[in-house]
Amino acid sequence: MSKRIEVRDLNVYYGKFKAVEDVNLTIEPRSVTAFIGPSGCGKSTFLRTINRMHEVIPGAYVEGEVLVDGNNLYGKGVDPVLVRRQVGMVFQRPNPFPTMSIADNVLAGVKLNNRRIAKSDAEALVEKSLRGANLWNEVKDRLDRPGSSLSGGQQQRLCIARAIAVEPEVILMDEPCSALDPISTLAIEDLIEELKTDYTIVIVTHNMQQASRVSDKTAFFNIAGTGMPGKLIEYDETATIFSNPAVKATEDYVSGKFG
Amino acid sequence: MTAPTEAPRPAAVDTVERRGDKTFSRLAVGAGTAILIALAAVAIFLVAQSLPAIVAPAGSFRGTEGDFWQYVAPLAFGTVWAAALALIMAVPIAVGIALFISHYAPRKLAQPLGYIIDLLAAVPSVVYGLWGITVLAPATVPLYEWLAENAGWFPLFAGPASGTGRTVLTVAIVLAVMVLPIITALTREVFVQTPTLNQEAAYALGATWWEMVRMAVFPYARSGIISASMLGLGRALGETMAVAMVLSPSAIISFAVIQSENPSTIAANIALNFPESAGIQVNALIATGLVLFVITLIVNSLARYIVNRHERSLESR
Repeated sequence: MSKRIEVRDLNVYYGKFKAVEDVNLTIEPRSVTAFIGPSGCGKSTFLRTINRMHEVIPGAYVEGEVLVDGNNLYGKGVDPVLVRRQVGMVFQRPNPFPTMSIADNVLAGVKLNNRRIAKSDAEALVEKSLRGANLWNEVKDRLDRPGSSLSGGQQQRLCIARAIAVEPEVILMDEPCSALDPISTLAIEDLIEELKTDYTIVIVTHNMQQASRVSDKTAFFNIAGTGMPGKLIEYDETATIFSNPAVKATEDYVSGKFG
Repeated sequence: MTAPTEAPRPAAVDTVERRGDKTFSRLAVGAGTAILIALAAVAIFLVAQSLPAIVAPAGSFRGTEGDFWQYVAPLAFGTVWAAALALIMAVPIAVGIALFISHYAPRKLAQPLGYIIDLLAAVPSVVYGLWGITVLAPATVPLYEWLAENAGWFPLFAGPASGTGRTVLTVAIVLAVMVLPIITALTREVFVQTPTLNQEAAYALGATWWEMVRMAVFPYARSGIISASMLGLGRALGETMAVAMVLSPSAIISFAVIQSENPSTIAANIALNFPESAGIQVNALIATGLVLFVITLIVNSLARYIVNRHERSLESR
């Protein structure tokens, strides 16, 4: 189910503004990769190019290649809608659909494109996805309650259940814990550890402890100054980045000298 | 509660009273009261002036043998019927335009389009009436004839078709054009405010544009669309000039929309008959006004009820 991601010579633009420049990196399947860096360095922007969410913003476009198991996401005739079904995403703030029940939220992606699903299959899928997101025991008695009746941490795990229900190959997480309390954050981090056995996970985080706790490899992004494009500075094993980085800027950032 | 459990209340704290605050609060209370007084005055006037007509014996009204209720029935029907037809035509188009402006059109096109829509709302209804009578009515005659011939089996389009095109359907089209801008402008506002968060959630699940709209935009905008439609309906119900100019009225209740005999509306009937009325006939016209007032009240309360229920369900979630 999980796949290797290769990024080649990627430039990301918002209209005329070049936000990210010349990124090259390879993400191994069944691993957790963390993107760290100061605000505005383009890590979230770059993350959103991996499922073609970047181009949802008017005027935004991408140059270069993103290969998922050798297939270029930005190749001719590739449908972004199909890309997004293979590459799931979890956002900074939990965003369950407020008018849908918990069960319907989990099934939202599955029901797209009028795909019919038998009632028993649907129930099984809801249970499997919610179990996968460590949420089943908390919500099994109120599946028909609205998704927004849950706490923030539960909502975020509901969003993760929604993402894994469509069985994507990759899961992108854009600062998934930044709106959550420490206990909920811990629950999500444990979950990431479990999900890693099935999925390739890429996570953007501002929290360096989090990056060192959950990730196998870490990429450090930085900008030279306001209005300049963000660049990938260093990409290595997480242990190396945090103990013995090759670049001075990385060391300054992870040791808290700036950012 | 029994007396022993009641704790002694602390003495009221002397707070500083600021003159600005006091003045403003009085102004606000005054403004709030004024609207209630105005509404009450209108209601009292309508009821007092209507009573003689409502209790008058059968046969005292022009155009009918019956009593007041038989006089007002076709008018009330025509009012609701024309407005409902207008709304059925206007709402889907208005929602479509609003969606186009808020989510589809490039910004360069969306903004002028929004201005044009707002401008359309400012055109006086007499102008719409003139357009209806000189342009739309003649233009619709062939269409009505075709409808009567080919769709006449359907009760709405039963023939014979009107030769002038001055039918309730023409009126409904004029009304639809009139209420279109107000519904569009309001629904656009609501669409623009739908949270990006949920739209992105839908996209990230692999939703197409239309699926995204259905998942993340419409559920949020539902109460807004209903409120906007009800405002449009209110305007259509009370519209006088456009209807009075286009329609040649008769006192019938008929669902056929393309025949030459059509029920008039309350507002148009008042405008047409008031100059040549006296005595009990004036009371009758005012009483029809009261009926219109009540219809509008019912429609608005119903809309409020639906919107509140929806909002409560959003909140409790």
